[in-house]
Amino acid sequence: MIRYTYSGSGFSAYSDPIGVYGRERLQHFFRAMLRIRSIEEEIEKRYHLDQMKTPIHLVIGQEAAAVGACATLRIDDLVYCSHRTHGVYLAKGGDLKSMLCEMHCRRNGCVGSRGGSMHIIDPSAGVASTSAIVGGAIPIATGSALASKMRGEDRVNVVFFGEAATEEGVCSESLNFATLKGLPIVFFCENNFYSVQSPLATRQPNRELQRWAEGHGLPAVQVDGTNVLSVYDACRAAAERARSGGGPTFIEARVYRFRAHGGAGDDSRTGYRDVAEREAWERVCPLESYFDFLKRKGAMSDAERERMRSEIAEEVSAAIEFALASEEPRESDLYRHAYAD
Amino acid sequence: MAWDEALVNSLVYEQPDPALGRVTSYAQALNEALELALDSQPSVFVLGQGVDDPSAMFGVTRGLQGKFGPERVFDTPVSEEGMMGVCTGAAMRGMRPVYMHNRPDFILLAFNQLVTHAAKYHYMDNGQTTVPIVVWSAIGRGWGSGAQHSQAIQGLLLSVPGLKIVMPSTPYDAKGLLLAAIEDNNPVLIFEHRWLMRKSGLVPGGYFKVPIGKGICRRTGSDITIAGASHAIELAFQAAKLVAAEGIDAEVIDLRTVKPIDEELIGQSLKKTGRLLAVDTGWAKGGVCAELGCLAAEKWFKYLKGPVRRIGLPDIPTPAGFALEQHYYPTPDRIATVMREMCAK
Repeated sequence: MIRYTYSGSGFSAYSDPIGVYGRERLQHFFRAMLRIRSIEEEIEKRYHLDQMKTPIHLVIGQEAAAVGACATLRIDDLVYCSHRTHGVYLAKGGDLKSMLCEMHCRRNGCVGSRGGSMHIIDPSAGVASTSAIVGGAIPIATGSALASKMRGEDRVNVVFFGEAATEEGVCSESLNFATLKGLPIVFFCENNFYSVQSPLATRQPNRELQRWAEGHGLPAVQVDGTNVLSVYDACRAAAERARSGGGPTFIEARVYRFRAHGGAGDDSRTGYRDVAEREAWERVCPLESYFDFLKRKGAMSDAERERMRSEIAEEVSAAIEFALASEEPRESDLYRHAYAD
Repeated sequence: MAWDEALVNSLVYEQPDPALGRVTSYAQALNEALELALDSQPSVFVLGQGVDDPSAMFGVTRGLQGKFGPERVFDTPVSEEGMMGVCTGAAMRGMRPVYMHNRPDFILLAFNQLVTHAAKYHYMDNGQTTVPIVVWSAIGRGWGSGAQHSQAIQGLLLSVPGLKIVMPSTPYDAKGLLLAAIEDNNPVLIFEHRWLMRKSGLVPGGYFKVPIGKGICRRTGSDITIAGASHAIELAFQAAKLVAAEGIDAEVIDLRTVKPIDEELIGQSLKKTGRLLAVDTGWAKGGVCAELGCLAAEKWFKYLKGPVRRIGLPDIPTPAGFALEQHYYPTPDRIATVMREMCAK
């Protein structure tokens, strides 16, 4: 039984994308998604080697959300994220080598092998912090937005979380506080309909998340999270609103993960969701549907795609080699930073 | 610190002598600390349920919003976990929030953000960020506070890496430790005790700090060491006076900070007395008393003349009623009785 169906309308609303966005930006969106997909596939392919001794939460299928949202941000804008970090980290400009070193538990990983794949951060790219607790990053990002406001910065703070986080009281608390104080933050909810293997219907009554969010007094929109242009448009409006002192926005992006909650491969066959449901969503794959659209509009060719693919493959294999050649942490590293000086 | 040393063996817990210096109440000392911190550091802000209301958190936050504005001193939604996360996020960006709670019981709602986030990030991100938060609360006692308004939860937090836990016992320490906590780059919990709020003591007017992690000897003695913090020290001091006439000479160690603990100070004292009575305002099991007992067994066993004893709260929730409460809480008499047993020839 297919529980959750795609409800978007593809790219039919974007009749003149080159005129509106420019070819370069349109191709950048595709390249960013392809890069995330390729890196995730490489991680997945190598996972059984047990060189990456870390849980993984692949973002395959959800690339458009991270890419569309992060493309609206400046490098000094800050993003916060839940456990599914890879897409946001890469889309915001996080360093690939540091990420892969962290995933290989190396000393030069982005957090010195103290975090693993759920805690990849890169402050220099504005990837500020993550939490492995559902909803945990939401109030922290809200506090960051409070700091931005108190200091009079024009920085935007964005927090990415799954729909299950809206079931945590702290999400409500954060929406309430951010609205109360008019904080510069975007609450970006990726609704992929499943929390691990629990479907949304067993966790929430049948109502639109957007309406739930609106109850906190802030503007809330729902977008097609498989459509990078829709996500970009929605997040750009929200980011501008935050930057200009207009306060917070809630965005629900409807997405679908093509893989299991954690680990390599899909686990639909265990029965918690229908394989046919995943296959239906794969037909609106954020990469393929967008590429078809670009090709139809004359914004990108197969040859350009191939060139991107080989450049990315080269970058990824060099980064993996770098990670594998990097030093392991030592026992003497263990007690560093127990307390801050 | 010379100022403290001058007061060893003096009547710190009795009526302070104005001839010795400036006298203020405990709550006033805390108010001065907050004012000095807000005044000297633009990154400091004060928040909590009711910090701007007429009772002003026992008077501790009185007048601060008027002086520093509602941007820096503000009431909060009743969202303990959310606000602890907000403090964590703001602190990671270089702000220095002082999050005030009327009672520690409410901090229990914020454990996810406190224990799993604030305490962890500095280590987890390999020292790239710091989380300088002060979480302030006052342990309740009496008048029906009962099981849900009197919990002294320092023991629950003692085993969480990354946290510091401060428990002052004098107005002087309250001010100096609060200023030190605000300057500290780690999450620091300050557990005050409600019954200390109206005490008076000698408190210098300006900015000064009492170092976190260092205890102090409040009374020198040679027969038995009583170690603890906060209100438990006041009781210990009174008990020490009760037994002094019987020839029992007690040393009273005020830990000031229960995490990290000043092990050196306790060790020095135990080498001299050979007897340890651990006292605390919280439950005796698995808490400050238990930690002190374990430390003594691990490090100074050969100096011990008898078993370590502990006086904290019994392993039951706090009863609300007055008569039951009298049996529940430690008293100077009960502490004195245990001291006599420990020192019996």
